Amino acid sequence: MENKEIKKSEENYNSDRAEELVISHAPHIWSGFSTSKIMYIFLASLIPPTAAAIYFFGLRAFWIIIASTITAPLVEFIIKKARKKKFIMDGSALITGLLLALTLPPRIPIWMVVIGSAFSIAIAKEAFGGLGYNIFNPALAGRAFLAICFPVEMTKWYLPQTFAADAVTSATPLNESFVYEGSKIALYKNMFFGNIGGSIGETSALLILIAFIFLIVFKIIDWKVPVIFIVTVTLLSFLWGDDVLFQILAGGLMFGAVFMATDYVTTPVTSTGRILFALGCGLITFVIRRFGAMPEGVCFSILIMNGFTPLIDRYVKPKPFGYIREKPKMKSKPKAKLL
Amino acid sequence: MVTVIKKSFLVKGLKLPENKISANKPIEKLPVPKKTLILLQQHFGEPCTPVVARGDKVKTGQIIADSDKLFSAPVHSSITGTVTNITKVINPFANNIVDAIEITADEIKNEDEWAELETDKLMLEISENLKEIYFENFKNNFSETQKKSKKTEAENLWKELIKIINETSKENIIQKVKDAGVVGLGGATFPTHVKLSTKKNIDTLIINGCECEPFITSDHRIMMEHGWQVLAGAYIIFKVLSAKTTFVAIEDNKEDAIKLFSQLIDEANLGMNFKIISLKSKYPMGAEKTLIKNVLGRKVPVGGLPMDIGVVVNNVGTAKAVFEAVSEGKPLIEKVITITGDIKDPKNLLVRIGTPVNDLINACEKFDMNNFKIVLGGPMMGNVISDLNFPITKAANCILIKKTKRLTEGNCIRCGRCVNICPMNLMPLMYAVYTKNSKFEILREYNINSCIECGSCAYVCPASIPIVAYIKTAKSVLSGYGK
Repeated sequence: MENKEIKKSEENYNSDRAEELVISHAPHIWSGFSTSKIMYIFLASLIPPTAAAIYFFGLRAFWIIIASTITAPLVEFIIKKARKKKFIMDGSALITGLLLALTLPPRIPIWMVVIGSAFSIAIAKEAFGGLGYNIFNPALAGRAFLAICFPVEMTKWYLPQTFAADAVTSATPLNESFVYEGSKIALYKNMFFGNIGGSIGETSALLILIAFIFLIVFKIIDWKVPVIFIVTVTLLSFLWGDDVLFQILAGGLMFGAVFMATDYVTTPVTSTGRILFALGCGLITFVIRRFGAMPEGVCFSILIMNGFTPLIDRYVKPKPFGYIREKPKMKSKPKAKLL
Repeated sequence: MVTVIKKSFLVKGLKLPENKISANKPIEKLPVPKKTLILLQQHFGEPCTPVVARGDKVKTGQIIADSDKLFSAPVHSSITGTVTNITKVINPFANNIVDAIEITADEIKNEDEWAELETDKLMLEISENLKEIYFENFKNNFSETQKKSKKTEAENLWKELIKIINETSKENIIQKVKDAGVVGLGGATFPTHVKLSTKKNIDTLIINGCECEPFITSDHRIMMEHGWQVLAGAYIIFKVLSAKTTFVAIEDNKEDAIKLFSQLIDEANLGMNFKIISLKSKYPMGAEKTLIKNVLGRKVPVGGLPMDIGVVVNNVGTAKAVFEAVSEGKPLIEKVITITGDIKDPKNLLVRIGTPVNDLINACEKFDMNNFKIVLGGPMMGNVISDLNFPITKAANCILIKKTKRLTEGNCIRCGRCVNICPMNLMPLMYAVYTKNSKFEILREYNINSCIECGSCAYVCPASIPIVAYIKTAKSVLSGYGK
């Protein structure tokens, strides 16, 4: 009798319906805002500076961008295959490639671009475990690598000569030898619109601002990081008596603050941590610009702060909801012993 | 007049697609099931021990299991029949194995005979009258003059009802609530009598009608169709706690419920102590801690209960159950369950506790079950069941039938979205990282026990990392599960 019952219940259990049910964990809905979506929106935000690069620095810039953005995903694909891991085209390698290209000087040989791009992906990203595991910003690491290996080529600056054959060598505004003939307002105007020497993507402040607003609107980056970064540099320069507006517009500060210091993987996750990160970047940038041997410090300041990220994440935690700070107990002071 | 306080300032939380497709479907009564399986731990606290044996005849509403511990609530039979089995069942809500009593109805007689209930005759009479008025009101088919006379009638009835409630002793009410096995019906199933008999000084009662999870509409329907019962129950709780103010918290996506409650409070003349709060519909607004913060601005301390800061929160369904327990002596054996999701005719069903999920699914239009998952609970916090014979418990409020979309877990890109969204100010990404590496002890540093498992982090995660699954694993490891 009992056996029969069990058999019956088993039959119920094994009804054809029950077998097809799917088991999974909560939550059962998802925002659908995937990593690759974020990456492609970020890529879209890089269109204005890229366009500016090609407009101001001509075909050379175009080839640099193409070389770098093709090398990066290609190297990632090869390494993923070598590591027997699945290659996912999520756009992150494209971003690294493009960012690297935009931070390079306009007349750098293409083979150096390829080396830099390959280094970015192979050493700075994949060697650490791939997307999400790298400590240093891959694009900046690639740039730093190139700056160390090819210091001459990496510091040859030209004035923007749209699609012209002969270009005039010029210093970037931050170089000590930089002289501008003309009024200060015309200089600021040129620096704001991008008609000035420098890395191909960093010169036009206007287009970087547009990209910044675009990224804020799509909720990709935290507005605090670029703002605090730039404000720190400004404040310190002001206190030191530098030309403040010049310090903001010159060099890669805006580009680095908007696109590099906001990189997810290599910056802290908490709001307070990000503020600390931005403050540190600002401070180091100022110190390198003012006292260092190099004219520009944005790249290394961000790389140095990248190194601090795990530490910041470990010690800067948000206070949990309803957290009560333990009241410091009134310690009875040990009575001083008479020696 | 009733004050409706609008809280529309920026609140932390997720804006979810609401999908309240069954919001306008009236509650239907599901026929009494042939067979029920009643879990003996349907509440937060100690499990009950059976007081019936195999072969015993039980009536509807009869106590079948009880416990003498404080943190417990008795369990009642929800049908008339014979105890056919006492077994063990895996309870996905508490992740443990609990005893369960199987009751089978008589095949020939098939009757629903109630056990003798301890009713308050006066209160019952008034409640019947009120029910009549409001049920007709619900249908809304009379003229202005009729409405006016009905209104005065209702006002008089409310006066009497409040007088009777005022006269009933506190102990009596608490005993009745305990005997009826009323637990918090919002999902946490905290025994209500424990909340009521708190010795702490309570100044505020919040009636939670937020229902912030998408898809679920059972509380909304209870408010719309049994609003007066909810209000009467709220008044009982308010009296027992001797609180000063009561807030009825409703999200602003349920305008009709806000309107109805202001009318009800007006008619009951409770405007002095009862206020309505219209909250922005954000997830997780209905979670106890976030609700208190958004209503009162107070924060429940870590590891504490709302009572510690002088607040008691009760779900609208609980308020209704309290009123039924006090007036009719009716035990908690029925619940309104929303059955919804990717099906053609979503419904709100009044279901006996212990009814197999299958019965509810069969009440809906047939659909191809292939590649579906059946979730007991809402889409954010619900548990998937693998067995269609799993019974409805006191904690259930929704059956969600969802098409499955398999997501592949990607790498964490440390975007910080989970940190930003977390209502408890935690760092959910760390839970995933350290659980993967089996470094559980570090998670205490990250305050894992403050997590309410609301699922917001996993919802926003661009890499679709099942953070909640990792958190649950880590929590059970840390609590020494399986040792």
